Amino acid sequence: MKTMTKLWATVAICGAMLSSTAFADPHPDAELIIEGELHIATRAEPPEHLGGVLPEIYSGWLFRTDETRELQMDDFDNPGMLFAERGEDRWELAEGTANQSCADCHGDVESMAGVRAVMPKVNENGELWSMQNYINNCRTERMGADAWGWNSEPMKDVTSLISLQSRGMPVAVKIDGEAAEFWEKGREMYYTRFGQLELSCANCHEDNWGRMIRADHLSQGMSNGFPTYRLKNASIVPLHQRFRGCIRDTRGESFAEGSQEFRELELYVSSRGLGLPVEGISVRQ
Amino acid sequence: MTRRSLSAACAATAVIWGGATFAEISPADIVWEDEIAIPASLSGTPGDPVAGAVTVSSRSAGNCLSCHQNTAMPEHDFQGNIGPSLDGSGARWSEAELRGIVANAKRVFPESMMPVFYNDNPEDYIRPGEAYTARAYNPETFSTLLTAQQVEDVVAYLMTLTDW
Ligand code: HEC
Ligand code: HEC
Repeated sequence: MKTMTKLWATVAICGAMLSSTAFADPHPDAELIIEGELHIATRAEPPEHLGGVLPEIYSGWLFRTDETRELQMDDFDNPGMLFAERGEDRWELAEGTANQSCADCHGDVESMAGVRAVMPKVNENGELWSMQNYINNCRTERMGADAWGWNSEPMKDVTSLISLQSRGMPVAVKIDGEAAEFWEKGREMYYTRFGQLELSCANCHEDNWGRMIRADHLSQGMSNGFPTYRLKNASIVPLHQRFRGCIRDTRGESFAEGSQEFRELELYVSSRGLGLPVEGISVRQ
Repeated sequence: MTRRSLSAACAATAVIWGGATFAEISPADIVWEDEIAIPASLSGTPGDPVAGAVTVSSRSAGNCLSCHQNTAMPEHDFQGNIGPSLDGSGARWSEAELRGIVANAKRVFPESMMPVFYNDNPEDYIRPGEAYTARAYNPETFSTLLTAQQVEDVVAYLMTLTDW
């Protein structure tokens, strides 16, 4: 009996916290406008499949400090742009036994507009592929060149460049048809409590977004900003590397970057952000 | 020697000496009262509130402040607000209840975000890792998040938090 009373006291404290510190637009007035002209929405109606667990969906940009948000508003200040610039050179570079470049088959990189918005997607053999898989397939099958490592510099450069072509286009991953079984598995992972700390993605990004976990302001863990330039790493951080970091923080054993599991998780996480514009290349702390 | 074989050795010593030394209570041997409270000390040595304060605030030990605010520690900035403030926990809960919460919060608060600090069984977890390396756990070194004495110290510290 005594214990129940105390439990209620705790519930009341939590209730008070719910209404004050979390679950509200973290920067109601902030607008992401790049170079003073390109407006990128950072809020959207939640997709129906979420069944109302998020009142509105927010870009991670809204959860960052003024300084970090500003870096993304100016392409000259955004350090991620250097990766895309190097990507342009790589786009033109003929390599491999076929001695061909990306441009030889695809022409101007602007032909890649819209690609980032639908990744990952099911390929013609029924496999779920991320952008990195499609790039490596061109390299090994069409150019006769080496595959690039998932987190390698050339991969960061070219995925940054390709993502930039979709900047401002809403995330539009397909989750039905052949994609449905992958999406289901990704969803299951999202709610699995990994590691010795027994934390799921949802524990942090669905139940506690808006709250502080030590110095970090928890966002909804959206993926529309990837690849992200992360100040802490002083480099581009691909989405699967972020997943790895989040699982590491549960004192858990991660999956490998590029693994089947992480591609399924990528599909599910992307689908939580359906409707949020692609920001690639975003800046985070 | 692993932690577990070490405590087994201690237990054996205790039997040989006829119980003169106190064996640490291992996670599997905890005796619970009212489902949520642990009346007996886990280490047999009274908790030290000063050491407990260090365990509460240290990122590499309890890291309690990643989720809890505690106004008695204004020198530590970046206190989290995932869980309720620790203020007054020594007034709201008994020592046995606080020992239960720190050792295994999921008994009092089912499904809680709060980690279980005193369980050394890797089978109870999904893909447990080797600390924060993202690699698979090592069966030789897998251990509780806090030692029995650290739990006692933290409880002793929480008992001092009576204002709220
Ligand atoms: C212990 C808490 C915790 C858990 C569990 C966790 N994350 Fe995170 N995550 C964070 C923190 C802290 C950040 C950095 C701040 C932010 O953007 O929320 C972050 C950032 C992210 C980001 C980057 C968001 C952006 O805008 O740049 C993504 C994506 C993400 N997490 C996905 C996941 C997924 C998927 C899982 C499960 C595999 C997961 N997280 C589990 C704490 C967590
Ligand atoms: C990952 C988050 C997290 C961490 C780390 C954490 N806690 Fe908690 N704690 C919670 C939550 C959430 C609750 C509220 C119970 C619930 O609803 O799940 C709680 C409840 C409590 C309570 C009861 C509070 C009250 O007002 O009645 C105490 C005492 C407590 N925690 C102490 C600690 C101590 C000591 C540590 C470190 C050794 C710690 N916690 C680490 C999340 C955490």
